[in-house]
Amino acid sequence: MKQKTITVLNALAVFAVFLFLWQLILWVFHVPRFMLPSPYAVALAVLARFPSLMNSLAITAEESAGGLIASIVVGVLVALVFAQSRWIRKMLYPYTLLLQTVPIIAIAPLILMWMGAGLPAVTLIAFIISLAPIIANTTQGLISVDENLVHLFLMHNASSRQILFKLRLPHAIPNLFVGMRIASGIAVIGAITGELFAGSGRVGEGGLGYSILYASSQLQTEYLFALVLAATVLGFGFLFLIMFLEWYFLHKWHESARATEIE
Amino acid sequence: MNANVEIPEIEISGVTKQFGNAGPVLDAINIVVGKQEFVSIIGPSGCGKSTILKLIAGLSSPTSGMIRVDGMTPLNARETISFVFQDATLLPWRTVKENIGLGMELERVPKDRREKEIATLLDLVGLKQVAKSYPRELSGGMKMRASIARALATHPRVMLLDEPFAALDEMTRDRLNEEFLRLRAEQQWTAVFVTHSVPEAVFLSDRIVVLAPNPGRVYAEFSVDLPMPRTAALRGSKEFDALASRVAHTLRETILQ
Repeated sequence: MKQKTITVLNALAVFAVFLFLWQLILWVFHVPRFMLPSPYAVALAVLARFPSLMNSLAITAEESAGGLIASIVVGVLVALVFAQSRWIRKMLYPYTLLLQTVPIIAIAPLILMWMGAGLPAVTLIAFIISLAPIIANTTQGLISVDENLVHLFLMHNASSRQILFKLRLPHAIPNLFVGMRIASGIAVIGAITGELFAGSGRVGEGGLGYSILYASSQLQTEYLFALVLAATVLGFGFLFLIMFLEWYFLHKWHESARATEIE
Repeated sequence: MNANVEIPEIEISGVTKQFGNAGPVLDAINIVVGKQEFVSIIGPSGCGKSTILKLIAGLSSPTSGMIRVDGMTPLNARETISFVFQDATLLPWRTVKENIGLGMELERVPKDRREKEIATLLDLVGLKQVAKSYPRELSGGMKMRASIARALATHPRVMLLDEPFAALDEMTRDRLNEEFLRLRAEQQWTAVFVTHSVPEAVFLSDRIVVLAPNPGRVYAEFSVDLPMPRTAALRGSKEFDALASRVAHTLRETILQ
């Protein structure tokens, strides 16, 4: 408990120093307001436009959560197929690498063109970008089971279904969480990227990406900062939620879940 | 030995095992294990001890030769066999209780019978206090006890054990050896026990098969005529030491030849 308080105090102290340096730069270099607003001005912008900020945040949260959940469901299903045979993996794995290497910025306009701007298109972009880490990590977990454990199951005449659901799948859960942690961050990036191209709606009716574009075109730098802050909070929120789930499901039996506990 | 006509529990005749084009790992192995006999297989590393167990279990098939378990092929005999591995191979996401029940669960034993069996075994191996703990909370010795309990839960007639106590410290190992014999006295299964410890082989077995390496082959056999039940006191006795040094001497020959 005491240890935890100290950790929180440390984090707050770092934040205070950060704000002070920020303000110091403004004082020393006389940076114009539209280039770099003061922390106080950003805070005011957050308060003044809180409802529209929250609205943008909610839209982006919905898109990235939708993409993330879809990528978890589809990614696990694909990994289950991949785990069936080395041949399937050899044939299909290069295409998942393609998923990872295709520049999302380049295909986002295409998807928007095909599907029209809107929530489904942006969700799809978030889904595509977060799929690869789920597939890769889950597959790794499913196939890296100790050979002796498979032998043990075979000695008790286990069906391949029992081996999958009572051995491989639970064994892959820690890997799935690693994939989910990576995916949670990039799903937000995917959603914002999609929104940058989905140029529709007025301020307050688009997601964070759209509002960022609008605020920068209007030189509303304070609000731009507020939006960046909101995007960061969103990504952090996802990560925190997933780390909590990871802790909840794994702390009883898995060492890594204990290692991620903040001391 | 005695001229009974009954089918031996395990019969390995003329078994050769070769992986790819390399020289054979096992060459013309003949081992017969009688019903309820405890046979230890001992030999230097690389003599194919573990491979023999995998062949009996049907986890691997011989290049040539024949293996029968109770007159059946290893695959058909599988439900009468339990395998205990060198590491405890417990599922880390299951509690001790759930791990002990795993084999029964896979063989679709009804839940109430499973629970009863688990309770008996927890008592038998002395793990009642940690029934709801996860494997990572247990010591090496406790993990191995759980692993043995899991193997016994399906009432095997044959126990195949691949150096189950090798990773334990000597004191724990000696104690588990004694407990293991006590368990066997109650349940009377046939055991094939692979080890590289001479005292362990002498303490546990009715018979010891010494293998020589490159290629793996039967080099010598010893029958252990020490009285049952065996207790810790046996280890210091003259007969025990005499046999142990004879086995150790033979084992050394297999490396030097």
